[in-house]
Amino acid sequence: MSRLPVRKTYKLYVDGAFPRSESGRTYEAEGANVARASRKDLRDAVRAARAAQAKWGAATAYNRGQVLYRVAEMLETRRAEFAELCSGRDEVEQAIDRIVWYAGWADKLSQVLGGSNPVAAPYFNFTIPEPTGVVGVLAPEEPALGGLVSRVAPVMVGGNAAVVVASESRPLAAVEFAEVLATSDVPGGVVNILTGHKHELAPWLASHMDVNALDLAGANGLAPELERAAAENVKRVHHGRADVQSPWEIAAFLELKTVWHPIGV
Amino acid sequence: MSDVERRQDRAPVPTDWTYAPAPEARDIVTIEERYGHYVGGEWLEPAETYTTLSPATEELLAEVGQATPAEVGAAVDAARDAYENGWSALPGSERAKYLFRIARVLQERSREFAVLESINGGKPIKESRDVDLPLAAAHFFYYAGWADKLEYAFPNRRPGPVGVAGQIIPWNFPLLMLAWKIAPALACGNTVVLKPAETTPLTALLFCDVLRQAELPPGVVNIVTGDGRTGAALVQHPGVDKIAFTGSTDVGKAIQRELAGTGKRLTLELGGKAANVIFDDAALDQAVEGIVNGIYFNQGHVCCAGSRLLVQESIYEQTISKLRRRMETLRVGDPLDKNTDIGAINSRQQLEKITELVESGKEEGAEIYQPPCRLPERGYWFAPTVFTNVAQSYRIAQEEIFGPVLSVLTFRTPDEAVEKANNTAYGLSAGVWTEKGSRILWMAQRLRAGVVWANTYNRFDPSSPFGGYRESGFGREGGLHGLEPYLELES
Repeated sequence: MSRLPVRKTYKLYVDGAFPRSESGRTYEAEGANVARASRKDLRDAVRAARAAQAKWGAATAYNRGQVLYRVAEMLETRRAEFAELCSGRDEVEQAIDRIVWYAGWADKLSQVLGGSNPVAAPYFNFTIPEPTGVVGVLAPEEPALGGLVSRVAPVMVGGNAAVVVASESRPLAAVEFAEVLATSDVPGGVVNILTGHKHELAPWLASHMDVNALDLAGANGLAPELERAAAENVKRVHHGRADVQSPWEIAAFLELKTVWHPIGV
Repeated sequence: MSDVERRQDRAPVPTDWTYAPAPEARDIVTIEERYGHYVGGEWLEPAETYTTLSPATEELLAEVGQATPAEVGAAVDAARDAYENGWSALPGSERAKYLFRIARVLQERSREFAVLESINGGKPIKESRDVDLPLAAAHFFYYAGWADKLEYAFPNRRPGPVGVAGQIIPWNFPLLMLAWKIAPALACGNTVVLKPAETTPLTALLFCDVLRQAELPPGVVNIVTGDGRTGAALVQHPGVDKIAFTGSTDVGKAIQRELAGTGKRLTLELGGKAANVIFDDAALDQAVEGIVNGIYFNQGHVCCAGSRLLVQESIYEQTISKLRRRMETLRVGDPLDKNTDIGAINSRQQLEKITELVESGKEEGAEIYQPPCRLPERGYWFAPTVFTNVAQSYRIAQEEIFGPVLSVLTFRTPDEAVEKANNTAYGLSAGVWTEKGSRILWMAQRLRAGVVWANTYNRFDPSSPFGGYRESGFGREGGLHGLEPYLELES
């Protein structure tokens, strides 16, 4: 007699926990009922991200690098499951390798992106990159796993906290990825993943006054409207791509701080 | 308080600070009766004009163009033509030499520009002469050197120009902001349409003569004058690839909105409400100089001005008394007088804005202090002002006043200082005064600001990136980082 499988309930990932949508709504995608997040869920996620960001941003670069590497380790052990939820093994392996690649950047960014500046006065003047803060990410619709990882890893490694709106048509890999994050020493709230209708959530994300930057990779036709809303608090807007891997993707969510420190006896 | 300090505190303040006038000679500069727009290396007769004046005397200085959308279009076309027919293909080493020439000509004609800057903008000659002009020339010199070295700045990214840059600059540092905009744009191979501020067009127009002397190819730099309508036409022009704006946060947001969905590149350098934080171990006399420089430099018309003073409670009384004493020695008056510390407010409109915010401070309950000083009868003037008993919620603690008005708050612990310093929507700059190096760096880590000055304030250098966090804008000007907004780079 064949065994009846136990199905998973696909929920949101907010502040390190897996709640249903407060609205009680779901929508059907990839043959499952997936939580359909509301504006309230989004605001809760932003609040969680803001609360988590300070500590994550202040963690040592070495520590952040190790946490990201741990994410890759957890993903590696679940390759088979993820292969079912995306285009296959290649996509999963590429995503794992990409996370490892970004993990290694954590403690190299300030040397590559910062520097000391030879000012014509007795000051040690240096420029260092710092996290922008809370970043709203609209994940690309495809590839389901690769697109998400390509957008979230650079945001995380720079010390930001993220509020991610997952692929609407292929959300299962994102929810599964939340389970990876939850078991990878990533502090709760650093990455929050919402599933639902993009056109419903994105405008609130773009206009939220406590979000500092946006990655509109998965905005599709919504981009102009979202860019307009983003101006209200001068958000940094980046149009990320699903396939790119570059330190400049990290730099898009970093601020440069320049310090003048006196030299004297 | 030590004996020495007590003696100093009791030292009599001279009651009369009258100096013999020491005006800088004005005849070094010739102001034309009428200026056109500088388009394609030639002067374009403007369709509409307005009059620019001296804020110190309200004397009418010249008729200048109020560029229409068609005139802005002509400037963009000239810039495009110059971009496609020569400039972008010119070897970096040749672009560099043009920029070096511009730097040298600015140095040679520095006094002429300084005088004109003070006449048209109202800033003290000692500032335009010793700060604006040397820095403007240095900026061109710095970026000149980058023009043929861009691939070292961005390895593996095949740096190339963006195209035509539309640049809109403010009235507080007219020529210096022009230099901040034009130098990196040209070094990276772009061409430029620049709009100086409505109230301060004259040094930008005189700069066109520097371009003539440097023999810069026509159309590489085009200058159109006018008010916000001209700026809007430049922002909206489809032939512009990149907009760089320095000015108020409100206008910056409007530009960001306007460019939504166009794919045009944008950098914004907007307002600020910087905290200048004084710890109880600071060298207090130096700190008081820093406070004064932070807020009264350039009449407080500085986006990074230290407009919120955060003093540790234990030294509050002493700091305020020293500050008041120092304020009594500030000389307000003729911008061309070499002894003047505080010049004229840039425009009637700005004077009204400052006055309105100062009134709100009084109404909300803050205590105002202004040293006794005689203000000239004509022109736009505002006495140096300090507010004490300021709550964080007051408008004078939250809004950018852009005038010689300081709001004083206090703190007890370093954590409280950080909390209060970061409690605005802005994040352009901050100051920290302490003798403890580790505390400087601890504070610098936590202040959400693009520039942090320790035991100094309002220092600038072409090699030092400048720009804001949060609603103070995005993008950097100065240094290697200041090249990026003007380059197409492969990721």
